Amino acid sequence: MIEARALVKRFGTVTAVERVTLRAADGRITGLLGPNGAGKSTTLRMLYTVLTPDGGDAWVDGISILTDPLQARRRMGVLPHGAGLYPNLTARENIEYFGTLHGLTRSVRRARTGELIERLEMQSFADRLAKGFSQGQRVKTALARALVHQPRNVLLDEPTNGLDVMAVRTLRRLLAELRAEGHCILFSSHVMQEVAALCDELIIIAGGTVIAQAAPQELQARAGTASLEEAFVRLTGLGTSEPTA
Amino acid sequence: MRAIGRVFRKELRETLRDRRSLFTTLVIGPLLMPALISVALSMAIRHGGAPASRPIALMVAHAERAPQLLRFLRQYRVHVRAVQADRAAARALVERSHGPLLYVPRDFGARLAAGKPASLRLYADESERAVQSRVQRLASLIGLYGGTIARLRLVARGLDPQLLAPIALHAIDISTPQSRAALVLGMLSYAILLTMLMSGLYIAIDATAGERERGSLEPLLTMPVRREYLVYGKMLAACVMMTVCLVLTVVAFAFALHHIGLDRLGMSANFGPAVAAGIVLGCLPLIPTGAALMTLVAAYTRSYREAQTYVGLVLLIPTLPLIFANIMGLRPRPALMAVPSLSQHFIIMSLLRAEPLPAMDLVISAGATLALGAVLMFFAGRLYRREKLLG
Repeated sequence: MIEARALVKRFGTVTAVERVTLRAADGRITGLLGPNGAGKSTTLRMLYTVLTPDGGDAWVDGISILTDPLQARRRMGVLPHGAGLYPNLTARENIEYFGTLHGLTRSVRRARTGELIERLEMQSFADRLAKGFSQGQRVKTALARALVHQPRNVLLDEPTNGLDVMAVRTLRRLLAELRAEGHCILFSSHVMQEVAALCDELIIIAGGTVIAQAAPQELQARAGTASLEEAFVRLTGLGTSEPTA
Repeated sequence: MRAIGRVFRKELRETLRDRRSLFTTLVIGPLLMPALISVALSMAIRHGGAPASRPIALMVAHAERAPQLLRFLRQYRVHVRAVQADRAAARALVERSHGPLLYVPRDFGARLAAGKPASLRLYADESERAVQSRVQRLASLIGLYGGTIARLRLVARGLDPQLLAPIALHAIDISTPQSRAALVLGMLSYAILLTMLMSGLYIAIDATAGERERGSLEPLLTMPVRREYLVYGKMLAACVMMTVCLVLTVVAFAFALHHIGLDRLGMSANFGPAVAAGIVLGCLPLIPTGAALMTLVAAYTRSYREAQTYVGLVLLIPTLPLIFANIMGLRPRPALMAVPSLSQHFIIMSLLRAEPLPAMDLVISAGATLALGAVLMFFAGRLYRREKLLG
């Protein structure tokens, strides 16, 4: 479970995130939806402890990211935006490396890596150097790497960017499986359909603040529209848009 | 703490995979400098080589007119080659071959016998430096011959030949192969230190600028590992690479200098295992310092390319004290032994010259260098905790 209270982040004079409060529960997929530059990535980066908040706090399974970032990190699997691999290691070695950094023993590490390779359908390229990987292969490897320590909480920043249809389907299936296993999944996106198709809970973020947090149907009802996209546009105050079919 | 070892193993594995940069670092680096320096050294030995001992080739026109003189010159290792030429032909010959050519006039013998100044003509193209020194030597040899005749004449007339020598000037040339090679040998430590530092460049840049550019830095920072341990692990890998490279370079130098014959330079002729090990040990403390320095600089750059440029420039900093030392002719003393890279230079030179340094100097060198390294490492670790590292 991930909770944030009044997170603030400033870069110089620009306030990227202004008092963001949110909650992502176990066994649910929570989507962070917002236009480009809304503060989605900055919020996630604070949650996975790469950035330090200028205000507020957040808890991962009740562990504060401020007072005990190392323990908080143990409980998170993170797929940052545009995550890169080590080109001179194979996909398998890339995954195992993160396993070692999590302190997994060799046998556990091996078993988990093998399992994830199968689950993400990576067998064909698992033992090739990451040098020439396609975007889809890269994302799959990075995702497997993020999950190698079986984290309770999974954070993904724009995971479907640049993926083809088949890869997106694999990813969706995996997220659904993780939800069924009781994991807490928090991911950001600016693609409406993707969020609508996957999420149990939506957090709409714009201009650095949370505008609404609710189930998709509830948001539609609140905005008084039948389409989620219309609800999004109304709630974020981005102006009128063409009605969608 | 165990994370340091984990990062270290992965960095090493990745480096060993990259065959091309590995080849450059461990083969080209350690071999190139020893090869260049040994060529420069053997040229310094040969070219400057004790002038008085080297033979001079001299063409002589009408050698039959001055047999005694030529016999005298031959004693001083002048290789006389008789040529058939009149004065015009002699001049033309020198224009082609630069000379020198000695022309003996017809009346040479007669004037000498009569006790009158007997003239000789020495043709040479003195715009050639090598010819210039030969002409000087020939002139002084002929002067010496003339002086002998003059003294004999005085004795024949019952006078003391010392009358002719009111002043006895002894010009003593103390130039030795050793002093001529000093400059080149000063470059030896420069080459060893620079090659060693360069070999850590790849990993040091990769630790920050490389990871960032690839996008692997952010996932790495989400690992439950203290950030400074990540950078320490990487620096450790760089240190291992640098150590391997240092050993290879010193071994290559040992072979190269043995081949030239260091004893001819008046230096410890046995650049053997003991001296080589001494050089490696003396340079070891500089390794962590160099790795930390490069990592620090790379952390401030925006891209891999920029990092390469800046780190390349920064590598010149440790070589500056060496240049000063060479120009100013600095000698080891405790205060100077506290200067990293300069003290390593002194250690290398003292080992080569077989002039051991006091143990205290060695302690100061290692202590000061390692202390600077520890400070730099601490700051490199701190840098890894900065958010700005993500760019």
